[in-house]
Amino acid sequence: MAAFALVFLAPIGYSLYLSLFQEKLIGGTSFVGLDNYQQALDDPQFWTALRRVGLFLVVQVPIMLGIALLVALAIDSGRLYGRNFFRVAVFLPYAVPAVVATLMWGFMYGTRFGLVGDINDAFGVSLPDPLSADLVLASIANIVTWEFVGYNMLIFYSALRVVPHALYEAAEIDGAGQWRVITAIKIPAIRGALVIATIFSIIGSFQLFNEPSILKKLAPNAITTHFTPNIYTHSLAFSGQQHNYAATVAIVMGLLTMVIAYLVQLRGMRKEA
Amino acid sequence: MTNRPRRAPRRTGLACVLALCLATALTACGSSDDGGDDGGGPADVTAALEKGGTIKVWAWEPTLKQVAKDFEDEHPKVKVKLVNAGTNKDEYTALQNAISAGSGVPDVAQIEYYALGQFTLTESLTDLAGFGADKLGDTYSPGPWNAVSSSDGIHALPMDSGPMALFYNKDVFDKHHIAVPRTWDEYVAAARKLHKADPEVYITSDTGDPGLTTSLIWQAGGRPYTVDGTEVSIDFSDQGSATYTRTWQKLIDDKLLAPTVGWSDEWYKGLSDGKIATLPIGAWMPANLMSGAPKGKGSWRVAPLPQWKPGKPVSAENGGSALAVPTKSGNKALAYAFVQYANAGKGVKTRVHDGAFPATKATLESKEFLNRRYPYFGGQKANVIFSKAAADVPDDWSYLPFQVYANSVFNDAVGTAYTSGTPLDKGLADWRKASVKYGKEQGFTIE
Repeated sequence: MAAFALVFLAPIGYSLYLSLFQEKLIGGTSFVGLDNYQQALDDPQFWTALRRVGLFLVVQVPIMLGIALLVALAIDSGRLYGRNFFRVAVFLPYAVPAVVATLMWGFMYGTRFGLVGDINDAFGVSLPDPLSADLVLASIANIVTWEFVGYNMLIFYSALRVVPHALYEAAEIDGAGQWRVITAIKIPAIRGALVIATIFSIIGSFQLFNEPSILKKLAPNAITTHFTPNIYTHSLAFSGQQHNYAATVAIVMGLLTMVIAYLVQLRGMRKEA
Repeated sequence: MTNRPRRAPRRTGLACVLALCLATALTACGSSDDGGDDGGGPADVTAALEKGGTIKVWAWEPTLKQVAKDFEDEHPKVKVKLVNAGTNKDEYTALQNAISAGSGVPDVAQIEYYALGQFTLTESLTDLAGFGADKLGDTYSPGPWNAVSSSDGIHALPMDSGPMALFYNKDVFDKHHIAVPRTWDEYVAAARKLHKADPEVYITSDTGDPGLTTSLIWQAGGRPYTVDGTEVSIDFSDQGSATYTRTWQKLIDDKLLAPTVGWSDEWYKGLSDGKIATLPIGAWMPANLMSGAPKGKGSWRVAPLPQWKPGKPVSAENGGSALAVPTKSGNKALAYAFVQYANAGKGVKTRVHDGAFPATKATLESKEFLNRRYPYFGGQKANVIFSKAAADVPDDWSYLPFQVYANSVFNDAVGTAYTSGTPLDKGLADWRKASVKYGKEQGFTIE
């Protein structure tokens, strides 16, 4: 319990404490009450960052979970040739550290010397620059999808494995087709797993940091210092020495994530009942 | 099923912030403000050397390694612990945290000129005048000396400097029969010709670099920053800034700048194979070219920086750093002895030998230095040009006391000028706005 308090509650408590102060280069530290929270709520940079991860969430997460579910069902159907190989191959990207994966994709996205550049040269076309301001969020979504489809697939697949086979046999006897089996048996059976994966994905989206932070080196003008809430917090604390405000933004972000994850869970569980 | 959050590594962002918070936690209890006192005189330095002791030096400059060794050999009782605490921004963050926490502060720290303000303002650096630094004014070129000294004292000793010159790929210019530009107008014309002759060749690469921008404004006569204690003004509407934006806008509009991010692999590749034809940059560049673009050996040359207007040539500083002694150092006299040795004494020669570009006039003017032939530059005596450039730097420039932060948000504001057609002067105006906002939040008076 003491360990829990120390490693878990103490940092949160300390962040809360920090968020009530303001430290200035001129004038030192002073108690400002909830001013930092007021500032965060009025901060256009914070809200653009939040909107950006929100957009990311509603577009990328359904795509990623959809693909993961499809793959899981395909593997589980038993009709796939080379099932084990396929399972490992899809999961493999998750084993690549995010930093390495992003660097790798970053090189491929290069329009001058990267894969995109090579395609342009080879076919005489001119593909849009994946690292331009308009496309960079989609490019990041692509990387994240590539990384996490396998992980989510494994969650779904494990859930599918525990569905009793007797159910399938019964369905077959009743004359149900594959599609019916999927919608009536498999998906309801793994609803718990779907909800969990969705919640993890929401948290992951709100905490988007590694991929944009690494791509920033390649696309400094497309990815700003307030691209996502986490990047904003990071630059506030490290470039600006604004630890108090960084703590505030982190807390606001944490609360928002909790609320949204909780709502999703409520909704997911209600359906199950 | 594991109950691990997806994308666990993202946690690091928050974890870092929390760790940082913990670092500042120590501030509250550990800080005892001892202001900006100096701590002694030249006699103390001699005494400290005789007494001996250990000093901790934070620096990333590679040539200091040998200097530290030599210093120990000369003073057997002294031990120098040279630590690389990160390069520029990373080190400043660590240093700022150590100073706030009041523990783990090094005795000597490498700080770039543009970042000195942040530390002098909070009186985190020892005034070295008392130790004898006040007599070193004539030792250094005007640009670097102005950067380390103010009416409040001498905050550091210049270690190296970056008077700007134009590095160019002679083979590329010869191939297309284009003369090396002497003015920025000629530079734009050359950029057009080069790119027309070979669409893969760009005169230079630029995706928005605060260091380059401020240096070129400096050269053009602009003085956007004035700093008087905590009263700061930021203004990019003066003549010098306008001269710069007018010309640079042409390069951006006609897509004559390679969209290659500086210091990336792609950038080095461009420098190697002649796709990037010139670099207006500080005189510390040769060592980087030799190691990063070895294939360019023999092709590259150095010329004076193109000029904005006819008359007396003007250059500007680009980069360069100094060694400072934090006020929280436990052994200031000994720390100063090392700084003095490395940056004004025998250490200078050692460092120059290993490829550093000095800030000391005597070295810059010495025959040995000037006559050095660079095989990389086809045997050219490039130091003659650098040395001349060092003397042509106007010494009345100042950076913001929070330039480190301002530079970090440069691309947020000015980046759009490079990607989506925002006029460059509008980008600079936005940058000003972001800098003013931060400055006000930090308690500065900004007009």
